[in-house]
Amino acid sequence: MRVRIQEAVFDPGAELSAFTASARGAGAVVSFSGVVRDAAAGLEAMEIEHYPGMTEKALSDIRDEALTRFGLIDALVIHRVGRLLPGEVIMMVATAGKHRKEAFEAAEFLMDYLKSRAPFWKKEATGEGTDWVAARDEDEAALKRW
Amino acid sequence: MKVLYFAWLRERIGISGEEVETEAGTVADLVAELAAREERYAAAFADLRAVRVAVDQELATFDAPLKGVREVAFFPPMTGG
Repeated sequence: MRVRIQEAVFDPGAELSAFTASARGAGAVVSFSGVVRDAAAGLEAMEIEHYPGMTEKALSDIRDEALTRFGLIDALVIHRVGRLLPGEVIMMVATAGKHRKEAFEAAEFLMDYLKSRAPFWKKEATGEGTDWVAARDEDEAALKRW
Repeated sequence: MKVLYFAWLRERIGISGEEVETEAGTVADLVAELAAREERYAAAFADLRAVRVAVDQELATFDAPLKGVREVAFFPPMTGG
């Protein structure tokens, strides 16, 4: 499966190795991993809610668009949901192309779309309580470059 | 149709979803019907700039028609990645 949504922890290194090994004809593989950052001092956990059904569909559509637009050989998207701890990997994307330019661009494209067009919502839990993470205007603006 | 709520809309309204019998022609009409029901709905839909909508699991706008639609979801701007 090239689009996965899961509660379980995963190993981005192992995923990247397997992805690279299967990307026949690729001359460039790019990967990005997002990590739970302890931005609010004393972050205890990050809860990620999603919209089952729509999430899978939205991510598949974004991946398909990236494959076509950048002529990729392959692309992988993994996103965790549920309760995550600081330092844990939230998600990763990997792209494989003939050359590095399309692989880098496609990874940025996937990230830009995934941030504000895939139905995930983050909530931070600290000792003081819980708070939904607000969407950033920059994330919405980032889509304009595509 | 099925109406779903996520994140703080779910918390404010107090349920994750419900079956709604409606003759609403558009998403905006449905929002007006829901907001007129009870204070918790009115509070959730008080500022529509902070609300996004999906119709049959595709992102949509508030003027989207509801004819033949099975599922409408309301949620805040998404924060994936």
